[in-house]
Amino acid sequence: MNEGPPATPSALLRTASVFRREFFAYFSTPIAAVFLVMFVAMAALLAFQAGGLYARGQADLRAFFQWQPWLGLFFMPALGMRLWSDERRSGSIELLMTLPLTTRDMVLGKFLAALAFACVSLALTTPLWITVSWLGNPDHGVIFAGYLASALLFATMLSVSTCISACTRNSVVAFVLGVAACFVLLLTGFPVVLDFFSQWAPKTVIEAVASMSAIVHFNALTRGVFDARDLLYPLSVIIAFLWINAMVLDWRGSR
Amino acid sequence: MDASSTLIEAIGLRKSFGSLEAVRGIDLAVVRGEVLGFLGPNGAGKSTTMRMLTGFLDPDEGTIKIAGVDLATDPLGAKRNFGYLPEGAPAYSEMRVEDFLAFSARARGYRGAEVSRRVDRAVERVHLEPCRGQRIETLSKGYKRRTGIAQALLHDPPVLILDEPTDGLDPNQKFEVRQLVRDLGRDRAIILSTHILEEVEAVCTRAVILHRGRTVFDGTPKELDARVPAHIVHNRLDHIFRTLTAGKDSSKDRHATKQIRGRS
Ligand SMILES: Nc1ncnc2c1ncn2[C@@H]1O[C@H](COP(=O)(O)OP(=O)(O)OP(=O)(O)O)[C@@H](O)[C@H]1O
Ligand SMILES: [Mg+2]
Repeated sequence: MNEGPPATPSALLRTASVFRREFFAYFSTPIAAVFLVMFVAMAALLAFQAGGLYARGQADLRAFFQWQPWLGLFFMPALGMRLWSDERRSGSIELLMTLPLTTRDMVLGKFLAALAFACVSLALTTPLWITVSWLGNPDHGVIFAGYLASALLFATMLSVSTCISACTRNSVVAFVLGVAACFVLLLTGFPVVLDFFSQWAPKTVIEAVASMSAIVHFNALTRGVFDARDLLYPLSVIIAFLWINAMVLDWRGSR
Repeated sequence: MDASSTLIEAIGLRKSFGSLEAVRGIDLAVVRGEVLGFLGPNGAGKSTTMRMLTGFLDPDEGTIKIAGVDLATDPLGAKRNFGYLPEGAPAYSEMRVEDFLAFSARARGYRGAEVSRRVDRAVERVHLEPCRGQRIETLSKGYKRRTGIAQALLHDPPVLILDEPTDGLDPNQKFEVRQLVRDLGRDRAIILSTHILEEVEAVCTRAVILHRGRTVFDGTPKELDARVPAHIVHNRLDHIFRTLTAGKDSSKDRHATKQIRGRS
């Protein structure tokens, strides 16, 4: 009758158990419906109205992709804000952290769950892709690159928002700070900022500042021109923030 | 008692929060078959000690072994060997009871059909059947606590650490949980904290009273009772509890501790 506890599962299975809980947690609250509907509606509205998807008379999705950074700016912190702050507020973090899981399992599981949810919302915009294919003859490679770039940009923003969520028990604070941090992440590539530097700074500095920007790499990727740096940049930011996230959890102890 | 049967072993635990010393040097050894009742006034350091035993808080000083595994050097190895009910039975409130238990089962390494088998058994054990499909946020306090207990029992751990398991339960449920703990205690090591002194007599084989982060009593409930002057008939345990822990004056407090140490 008393068989004793099972052997500790592999890191992959442990991460998968956290992922599974977090991913379905989105769907067990109204968050999922509200988020998905609003995201798709806003994406379509911006693409057609502000971006002039049809008016441009071209069979591509540039009008759609150009707005992704601005959608992500608000939607990604909304996905990431509850991941840790809710655990702290409700006390469930005490349960999570006393299960046989490592900090890495928890951080990765939660981050990947949020990313998977973001990818679901991106997937729901593919009717736009079908529409332009039906209307004209788009370059599918470029559109695919656009989706990949969006997913990478969202992943970057999620890693930042999730990390901030680990620092507070208040998810509204986590949201506001998350938006601010993502804004900074985008902003460094903007003409306003770059012009400011271009007046006095040497070229290398300008390039360094521009290379910090998520939006510069995003734009490069959406043009469908592959440069390894445009992939390496977001990946290194993601890894850095996941690592900081784990540090914050270990360091704050669990309080 | 041979060393291998010591399932919970803590030496020299200390924990401060800023300038507040919540736990000031606690040693514990609980063997298989023991049910240890953790007593003490509010703020004595019971929950803090349990949080250190379960690896939620890192002790400032001291070492902890669960089933012979050092918690600091092999946290996963130690954590798989206990079940823990945190104070207030926190849970993922938006989840259904059975999904919550299934999450815990998967995180602990159960797969496939074994997950639902485990969940079924845990649900059965604490009589959660009527609300297994219900969201945790809509449960009554007692059922929420039972969900927490079910989570702790799920994997048949040799060690159970239960922070106020009967708090908020009605008399029937209290009776059931006590019976369950007594039952489980036969081949396990259990630590439970409580404010109900009768509970110690009813289920515990040993009582430890904490006061301001220190152990002021460690012995069997009988020994505790023997400490009470014979002329006191009613609420005998309340009397001794007050004597041991009421002292606001720290010199008196130290005196009381010394008396106990001298006796045992
Ligand atoms: N995270 C924390 N930060 C600061 N102080 C804390 C923290 N956790 C506990 N304390 C303090 O440590 C002391 C011991 O608290 P603890 O929760 O261990 O008491 P307890 O014996 O469980 O009390 P109760 O019977 O009320 O549950 C208290 O003074 C409490 O305020
Ligand atoms: Mg407590």
